[in-house]
Amino acid sequence: MKKRNNPNSKWSIVTSGIIKNNPTFRLVLGTCPTLALTTAAMNGIYMGLATTFVLVCSNVMISLLRNIIPDKVRIPAYVLIIATFVTVLDMVIEYALPDVYEILGLYLPLIVVNCIILARAEAFASCNTIGDSALDGLGMGIGFMLSLTLMGAIREVIGAGTIFGAAIGNLPEYSMSVIAMAPGGFLVYGLMMAAVNQISIRKRDKALREELRIEELKPIIIKEGK
Amino acid sequence: MTYLYIIIGAIFVNNFILAQFLGICPFLGVSKKTDSALGMGIAVIFVMGVASIITYAVNLLLVKWGVEYIQTIAFILVIAALVQLVEIVIKRFSPGLYNALGVYLPLITTNCAVLGVAIVNVTPSYGYNLIQAFLNGIFSGVGFTLAIVLMAGIREKLVHSDIPESFRGFPITLVAASIMSMAFTAFGGMI
Repeated sequence: MKKRNNPNSKWSIVTSGIIKNNPTFRLVLGTCPTLALTTAAMNGIYMGLATTFVLVCSNVMISLLRNIIPDKVRIPAYVLIIATFVTVLDMVIEYALPDVYEILGLYLPLIVVNCIILARAEAFASCNTIGDSALDGLGMGIGFMLSLTLMGAIREVIGAGTIFGAAIGNLPEYSMSVIAMAPGGFLVYGLMMAAVNQISIRKRDKALREELRIEELKPIIIKEGK
Repeated sequence: MTYLYIIIGAIFVNNFILAQFLGICPFLGVSKKTDSALGMGIAVIFVMGVASIITYAVNLLLVKWGVEYIQTIAFILVIAALVQLVEIVIKRFSPGLYNALGVYLPLITTNCAVLGVAIVNVTPSYGYNLIQAFLNGIFSGVGFTLAIVLMAGIREKLVHSDIPESFRGFPITLVAASIMSMAFTAFGGMI
């Protein structure tokens, strides 16, 4: 248990991407696929898995080459590495899962310019060991997938009355299709981000109050101690 | 007539930001002031226009050689090189323009709107010719500029309003974008 609290442990690298540095709600990276593909919960899982694959592979590759790539051309080199993995993924999905290929459409090749991947390459993989970089990619990817799936589920329930494609009672009759359309994407994303902010504001205020209480109690404790 | 369809479609109906969700990062990041939003928009129009022509030509070569599968790699390399080139040229010939656009140019490489328009232009189901591809590139950029400048105008006003703490920054911007997007869906009936 104690090991989990160690800020440098392997476990905390993974959880950091899921909660503390969640790419969707905290870092606000990769917003294009987030808005475009969250019309259904299942799409979130597909996109999340695809991005995780590219993130882990490119993080490992960049970490492996971090001492070889000259500093001046590092960004083009990273983009090239990422583009290679995206091309591999594109070909595999087109062959093995044509339905998923249809859903992801334009956004599959656009993983190349997903800022999460370049940001992690620059901020983490370029200065960390291979193992840590892989874990960082995994954590970020899972964080991305969970946020996308959650947002997809909310939009699917409200917008279409279904969840993972299955109808919930007679909810489809009362669905608000605008939530599944473009305006709903912006709205749900904004409200979810505000909710996440609210949680962290609460936490901060609570910690602040606690600190104040300790400050107030300090003289009394010192007095009693004497 | 098809040209007019492409122009109106690119600016209003299939607006890159508000209908297709391409280029959201600069839309959220560079929309605090109208001046910088306009600068970013003009840089994007320029790069998208030139990139449309070059990637269209590159794609013809790729098809001729039978290596369409490296399309993504080829396009992103072309765009990165183009942005670099544009930066050098502007720096050399127009320092004033460079000072205005300089900071935005490197950002454009990772702007998915540019790669997005390049891929859309060569999608066989659209069947664009070179001129149509060029128009689509330029006017998608105009649509991008329109959305980002409008947003910057809204955000300049938002600064003065009393917003709940949890909504400050990105959330309120997204909610405003949602309302803008609703307004733009009304253009859907035009084509």
